[in-house]
Amino acid sequence: MGKHTIFFHNAPSIVCTYSAAGKKESEGPIGSLFDYVLEDDYFGEKTFEKAECKMLSTVIEKVIKKSGYRKSDIDALISGDLLNQIVSASFAARDFNIPYIGIYNACSTLTEGLALGATLTDGGYMSDVIVATGSHFSTAERQYRYPLEFGSVRPPQSQWTVTGAGAAIVSRKGKGPKITAATFGKVVDYGVSDANNMGAAMAPAAMDTLITHFNETGRKPDYYDLIVTGDLGALGSRILKHIISQNGYEITDNHVDCGEIIYNIDEKEYQGGSGAGCSAVVFNSYIYRKLKEKELNKVLFSATGALLSTTTTQQGETIPCISHAVALEND
Amino acid sequence: MADNKTSVVNKAYLAFVSEISPKTNETRSLFNAFAVGGFICVIGQFLRYMLEFVFKIEGDELAGAVSMILIFLSALLTGLGVYDRIGKYAGAGSIVPITGFANSVVAPAMEFRSEGFIYGLAAKMFIIAGPIIVFGVMSSVAVGIIYYITGLI
Repeated sequence: MGKHTIFFHNAPSIVCTYSAAGKKESEGPIGSLFDYVLEDDYFGEKTFEKAECKMLSTVIEKVIKKSGYRKSDIDALISGDLLNQIVSASFAARDFNIPYIGIYNACSTLTEGLALGATLTDGGYMSDVIVATGSHFSTAERQYRYPLEFGSVRPPQSQWTVTGAGAAIVSRKGKGPKITAATFGKVVDYGVSDANNMGAAMAPAAMDTLITHFNETGRKPDYYDLIVTGDLGALGSRILKHIISQNGYEITDNHVDCGEIIYNIDEKEYQGGSGAGCSAVVFNSYIYRKLKEKELNKVLFSATGALLSTTTTQQGETIPCISHAVALEND
Repeated sequence: MADNKTSVVNKAYLAFVSEISPKTNETRSLFNAFAVGGFICVIGQFLRYMLEFVFKIEGDELAGAVSMILIFLSALLTGLGVYDRIGKYAGAGSIVPITGFANSVVAPAMEFRSEGFIYGLAAKMFIIAGPIIVFGVMSSVAVGIIYYITGLI
């Protein structure tokens, strides 16, 4: 056992997942796999913030229903999003009479939640927890960039915040793909300050966590059928493959990035999806289904997050990033 | 980041990032900006001739009327969700003319309407245009002073 990696000896499993996403996401390569597609970005609400909150409460409610559990079976809700004070997650949690653990690690919130959920259930402190994260393009735009109708130009290295949310139930007993290990990441900052180039900022964090995981578990990249990163996008993925191979690890053949596969991207326009909803939607639909159907049996899932705010960007700070990894395996 | 070794690695990494990152196609951007910006100016000129020769408006009133029509059209297109699409294509071509200024006022006003009329719409209306006004007024004062002093000599 290494310093940053935990092995889960009781192997908690992910028994059920649910994903909801917007229209643009549903038109992407894996769009047909989502459980629910929003008809419009308002989702029947008056503001986009309310819509984001409703997306989260919808996936939480639906994952309970889909799993056949009762609300009272759930011991805790671990949830987070991108907005200031993680309002969407917290406001969604008030609809449920379940203890709520609010977390924030930007776009790596999902794997942070899965790792925490696995720790709580594996340790025997809880039996079933829900991990839910989400993001919304329109709320993220107004928080991080410009008003929607403002006619600005999006630089080609930028990414598109995913409108979507996903929830997963991590259980000590139930059946499903097991979480066998988790590697908690360090905050890594290589000095990228361009907030439009998240992929470049986050790639070193992904590399750091992946290499730590390989070193501490003694596993090689080819141990896994698939190594999934969160939302590096096309550019960030290319950077990751390059810098990790410089350190002696090859992931070219079995790496996929959630941000890269969620949209039909034109790299001259943008590099793919991002946001807490990106990995949530892709993992809880596509990746989970592949695991469940045993097309994939060993997956390392390392979502990445850029821990910046508009204030720090305006003050000229570089972008600290993080990545947490969970290993998912079938028996 | 005071550590020398990391900063060397960082420099190499940042150089690699800027090398691999896609560049904006400047020739295309400049052409689009010129074409769309020019087209907006042509519309303005057309309006000016129409008002001048058909409606017989003259002088300051003429300039004011042309600006008002352009601002109205831009605000309307912003409200209809069209102007930002033009902006994505045209870049500075649709930001620099007066229509871009109108867009930068109307867009946040719409966006922040959800936070109420006072703290939302009214307060956030100039979030993008505010700096333009500040520096516009400041530089016009500066130019005025220079103009006055050179006139004395």
